[in-house]
Amino acid sequence: MPIIEFENVEYTYNAGMEGETKALSGVSFSIEEGSFVALVGHNGSGKSTIAKLMNGLILPDKGRVTVDGMDTADKKRIFDIRKTVGVVFQNPDNQMIATIIEDDVAFGPENLGLPPAEIRERVDWALGSVGMADHKRGTPFRLSGGQKQRIAIAGVLALRPRVMVLDESTAMLDPKGRDEVMRVVMQLNRDHKMTVVMITHFMEEAAEADRIIVMRSGEALLDGGKEVFNRTSEIRSAGLELPLPSRIADGLRRSGMALPDGILTDSQLAEALCRLK
Amino acid sequence: MRDVSFGQYYPVESPVHRLDPRCKLVLAIMYIVALFFIQTFTGFGIVALALAVIVLVSRVPFVKVLKSVKAVIFLIIFTMLMTFLFYRGDPAYKIADWGIFHLYWDGLFSALKLSLRLMLLVMGPALLTLTTTPVELTDGLESLLKPLALIKLPIHELAIIMSISLRLIPTLMEETDKIINAQKARGADFESGNLIKRAKAMLPILIPLFVSSFRRADELADAMDSRCYRGAKGRTRMKVLRFHVRDLIAFLFMAALVFAVLTLRYNWFGILGLLPFTVY
Repeated sequence: MPIIEFENVEYTYNAGMEGETKALSGVSFSIEEGSFVALVGHNGSGKSTIAKLMNGLILPDKGRVTVDGMDTADKKRIFDIRKTVGVVFQNPDNQMIATIIEDDVAFGPENLGLPPAEIRERVDWALGSVGMADHKRGTPFRLSGGQKQRIAIAGVLALRPRVMVLDESTAMLDPKGRDEVMRVVMQLNRDHKMTVVMITHFMEEAAEADRIIVMRSGEALLDGGKEVFNRTSEIRSAGLELPLPSRIADGLRRSGMALPDGILTDSQLAEALCRLK
Repeated sequence: MRDVSFGQYYPVESPVHRLDPRCKLVLAIMYIVALFFIQTFTGFGIVALALAVIVLVSRVPFVKVLKSVKAVIFLIIFTMLMTFLFYRGDPAYKIADWGIFHLYWDGLFSALKLSLRLMLLVMGPALLTLTTTPVELTDGLESLLKPLALIKLPIHELAIIMSISLRLIPTLMEETDKIINAQKARGADFESGNLIKRAKAMLPILIPLFVSSFRRADELADAMDSRCYRGAKGRTRMKVLRFHVRDLIAFLFMAALVFAVLTLRYNWFGILGLLPFTVY
């Protein structure tokens, strides 16, 4: 059974008021447990709305969102839904509740009402998983963006969710910070079999996922595995670019080099170039 | 930039720092109450000595504690002067007559006692904030006031508001800096002109700051909701405050101080007659 299901979901901001904007117009997809899904789209394509729908921060106007069989509109299950789906947001500064890192990570498990010893254990484990255990008694203010965002991930991780949604969590970071966060996320997916939904407009990040959903003005335009990257014209129409390595490979192919198809990452491009005679 | 959210916390390891914040809060209240029962220089001497001992144990430099008086120095000088100048005392102890002012010896003593009381009143709580982080203080307050939740006072909510404010101070300071720089780059002038002109120049800083604070609050609320926050209901804490033997020792020390102060004040056990000196 899929862990998250969207059925014909529609959502409009400021419905019936000035500035009414339709964010989603009938989106359907389902996400299997353990998968790594990238949701890509240009600004205003509705991708962040999807993140908020996934754990019931907002409810669909039409259609249904279910998490592990629970409808997000069911007020009695909302606590269980949020325990299942954790969301990491864009700005790490706006997600921290406490002045000390370990206290911040403890916020989630404290809300679950766990005994102090178990909270401690979860906090240490979560900070260890994101490689921030040495900083636990420090304050987040002097850390880099990547480090702050890893703490935000630890804060969600400490709830032991089955799905982690990252809503443009790398958008405000420098390339090094993006790398740090990507490494942590991929490791969670691989080692802990955690379902990851990565919402991003960086195609390089999407190239790491095993399934890519391309959003265009409130609709899911493309949905599939890595073969999605072959649909160049549709991707362009969604206001997105192919990952840089594929664009380079394309250019080289056009100027006569015999490179194989499906180059998405730096290492694939490097390998292909090295194999050239 | 200094971490404002740490207030004036002086980070060293000491038995005073390690005391339970609830214990420290109660001790501070006992200390303040004791101060109001003192009427003699001997009494102030005893409290000052006790405070000095606590400062020594806390390993906070004396200067840091004394500096706290600086904030209220004008108040102290003003009240001292007023008391001295307008005191109506025993004509037998008159010092001088200056026009409408009549100076008395007991007026001078009373002014000195007042200033001593004010200074000790400021230094005690200053030591509390020097040895306790705001986070610990908030936790301590929440735990001490918990019984009030029974009469439907939103204690948990107040505590979380306080800790979020503490957490947001440095973020908003950073943001203010950014906005000031952005406005300066557009030619805004914050340094010249009279007070009103300068106050008006602050407007282009305050408005963006307000707007972004609301946006931040919105996002923070989403993040808290996402992390299963639902108020005090069913919430537990990772760090549970516990009383230790050192808290008991500190409490006994303060209780002894209060007891000494009261004994002197009300002449319990005829103490005043037993002492080899006269108590002023």
